[in-house]
Amino acid sequence: MPVLWLFLIIVALSAIGFVAGRARAYQSAGGDARNLHSLPGYYGYNVALTALVPALAVLAVWLLAQPMLIENSVSKMIPDEIIAEGSNRSLVMSDVRRVANGLDLAVSSGAMTNDEVNALSTDTSDIRATLGSIGVALGSDVSPEVLAAAQSYRSKSYTGTLVMTVVVLLLAIGGLALAYTRTHKDFRARNVVERGVLGLLIIAASLAILTTIGIVLSMLFETMNFFRLHPWTDFFFGGTWSPNFRGDSDLSILPLLWGTLYISFIALLVAVPIGLFAAIYLSEYASNAVRSIAKPLLEILAGIPTIVYGLFALLTVGPMLVNVFGRGDQGLLGVEWMSGATSVLTAGVVMGIMLIPFVSSLSDDIINSVPQAMRDGSLGLGATKSETVRQVIMPAALPGIVGAILLAASRAIGETMIVVMGAGAIAKFSLNPLESMTTITTRIVSQLTGDTDFASPETLVAFALGLTLFVLTLGLNILALYIVRKYREQYE
Amino acid sequence: MTDLTNSPAAGVPRPKHGTLLTQDARTAKRNAAEKRFQMYGMIAIGIGLLMLLVLVFTIVRNGAGAFQQTFITLDVQLLEDKLDKNGNRNIEEISKVSTFGYSPLISQALEDKVASANVQTELSGKQLGDILSKSAAATLRNFVLRHPETIGTTVNFEFLASSRVDGYLKGRVTRDSIANDKNISVEQLDVVDQLVEGGSIEKTFNLSFITGADASDQRPESAGIGVSMLGSLFMMLVVLALALPIGVAASIYLEEFAPKNWITDIIEVNISNLAAVPSIVFGILGLAVFINYMHLPMSAPLVGGLVLTLMTLPTIIISTRASLKAVPPSIRDAALGVGASKMQSVFHHVLPLAAPGILTGTIIGLAQALGETAPLLLIGMVGFIASNAPDSLASGLLSPNSAMPAQIYEWAKRADPAFYERAWGGIIILLLFLVTMNTVAVILRRRFERRW
Repeated sequence: MPVLWLFLIIVALSAIGFVAGRARAYQSAGGDARNLHSLPGYYGYNVALTALVPALAVLAVWLLAQPMLIENSVSKMIPDEIIAEGSNRSLVMSDVRRVANGLDLAVSSGAMTNDEVNALSTDTSDIRATLGSIGVALGSDVSPEVLAAAQSYRSKSYTGTLVMTVVVLLLAIGGLALAYTRTHKDFRARNVVERGVLGLLIIAASLAILTTIGIVLSMLFETMNFFRLHPWTDFFFGGTWSPNFRGDSDLSILPLLWGTLYISFIALLVAVPIGLFAAIYLSEYASNAVRSIAKPLLEILAGIPTIVYGLFALLTVGPMLVNVFGRGDQGLLGVEWMSGATSVLTAGVVMGIMLIPFVSSLSDDIINSVPQAMRDGSLGLGATKSETVRQVIMPAALPGIVGAILLAASRAIGETMIVVMGAGAIAKFSLNPLESMTTITTRIVSQLTGDTDFASPETLVAFALGLTLFVLTLGLNILALYIVRKYREQYE
Repeated sequence: MTDLTNSPAAGVPRPKHGTLLTQDARTAKRNAAEKRFQMYGMIAIGIGLLMLLVLVFTIVRNGAGAFQQTFITLDVQLLEDKLDKNGNRNIEEISKVSTFGYSPLISQALEDKVASANVQTELSGKQLGDILSKSAAATLRNFVLRHPETIGTTVNFEFLASSRVDGYLKGRVTRDSIANDKNISVEQLDVVDQLVEGGSIEKTFNLSFITGADASDQRPESAGIGVSMLGSLFMMLVVLALALPIGVAASIYLEEFAPKNWITDIIEVNISNLAAVPSIVFGILGLAVFINYMHLPMSAPLVGGLVLTLMTLPTIIISTRASLKAVPPSIRDAALGVGASKMQSVFHHVLPLAAPGILTGTIIGLAQALGETAPLLLIGMVGFIASNAPDSLASGLLSPNSAMPAQIYEWAKRADPAFYERAWGGIIILLLFLVTMNTVAVILRRRFERRW
């Protein structure tokens, strides 16, 4: 793995730089550290960082950019004619990559020499059989264009990697030499190093912004592609969701949004009363001993991965609900209302369980931050504890609790695994909670898993759904944080 | 003069609601309301705890079975004229014999076993073979290829029983439920019953579930979670290597150096919002940027690790900032006072004091990342069979693999109920990891927490 070696060489260079820089600083000060401007270590760090940081940065950028550039230039070599019916350029490109990797393997395993590979042609040898013999299976025979593209892909990556190695090594050595020659007892090494470190810190902090920009841009571009292929009016105002591969899909978000909101509503119906009462009991009634046991236990529910809840919905809660509401005469109620284990109720109830600790710990914090004086005043006037809670604490904490519920709602809307496993796959408008319905997140998963073709609206719609989900949850979060913050200010 | 407790002066009527000894109707009502209210609270907590209990109970009851597996002990004659016709023990010649060459040997061994155990049955050796796993022949072949010297001898071998037999011994499969099952018949279960009495069929601890690889739809009995555990491990390495330094660096800047201006404000609002973005959105980001744009390999733990890094960064930043904030300003002032630079005061004094808190936050962030599934679905860490354990760091990071939660999801999707047992068993292992990590975090916090 040459990149790993390159990395290790750079690190070794910078380690040498540290030692050399420190030694040179000592030497220039006549062996007495007191004559130096900075502590001797800083001179070492200066050399080490100047050798390390630019080289690593270039290495990282190069590694990201090179495959893309090569891909683009090679993909131009493939004429439109050889792209078979039902296939597309990216599939042919993956063939090219596979052939190129196979040829690499052939060279590294000694089956062929580099010159032989470059001289290969489809007229003289059977590439598929040759590669098959060293363990690279190809789906079809290699066409001359693909072979040529693969050979050019190989030679370009080879040249690219070679140039990269040279450039990166030169940068590291150059940085080392430059910093080494500048090392002198009057050089303000500490200030330079600290400025460099501060720069690194700033870069780390802006990564969060970069992530957000990445999220928004990646989804925005694909969403725009989607709207080029599919009318936006159908996406936002159409009434049906029925993707197919004939090219006349109805892709409307409304039925999915309905399923999402319905399931979230049921989840909140479960979580809010239980969570709120639990929070009230824990903060107003419970003794310290009960509180110190019950609160962490409840919070375990929040730490359980959602896949566990998903499995619980699919294999335990769903069949249990079918036992109660389905199965006709054999069922518990003797009714035949439910046909499968996946339903709005299944997903909603399980998601509600997951949200209980979320609601309870947020509300607990908020109830606790209501000033004690208000409680004392109310109790002093003769109100019972429950009257105090209902008539004094709740009104005071209400904005905060609304914020907490909004946060829980945003959690419910974005939740994926529980609905993927428990809610079903049928998009429809229905009020019956025992029917299976589908949500935005489930459809994102189903449109983007398996073979994805980034040129069809059926795949691209997932990005539009994702963007809608992002905007929806972001809006709810901002609103909730605004409410909570505003409320906090009242008592601080 | 102060003796007011005496009965009031004659002529003044005693007020109707004056005594504390008897409750009037309204007080009784208020007290009842109080009791009810308190009861609601207790019921709410009770429901919460009950749910936890039900969840744990369900997981343990359904998953414990995955840690036991049914094995059948057979004496297999490795006939030389079948496996090594030339008799020169040349490994290449032996490997030309496919699994079809081994099946008759196993059938023969089963027939012998049935005969020696005095089992009454009319089934032929081939039909009897259905009680063994479909992987039996391959297992035997691998054994012979590793030990060619055993050819010509009779070896005592433990074969996996088929999932139906396994389910029968565990109570999942009953004689009624197999009425329409093509994979096993009542006669075969009769044989199984008699072999169990004879001690040739036993349930033992199933190590290969913990260490093994996933298996195809046909062989739930040999599916294991080991390889996907390695996938998770490699992802966590990536997360740790990237999220910890970047998160700490970002928090140091925001907490210690950042000027109060609108840019810093934006970064802060951004981070708290990123923490609440649904995890699947990070999956979309990973698919669009890392796979579609940068052409990193699909299903690689490296990509999973990168996506999970972006997802855990906000968590780590928030907890790191909290622990940096908890270090009192007097420490910084003292360092600055004796001539340290701002950078020195942070790196030499504040950071070491905040380290336990940072570590705790990191472990909790890692635990969160370990259990996350949704983004992994989008970058393709499901839907294939991770059959080989990676043999080096590079292949561990770059070759397709699964991850524990993704593997569990994969099993839950399959049609055969035998896989459900695996899924619950996988959850037990996943939860064991999470419990351990959280316990370590709690212990660290208890041990090193300092109140200033």
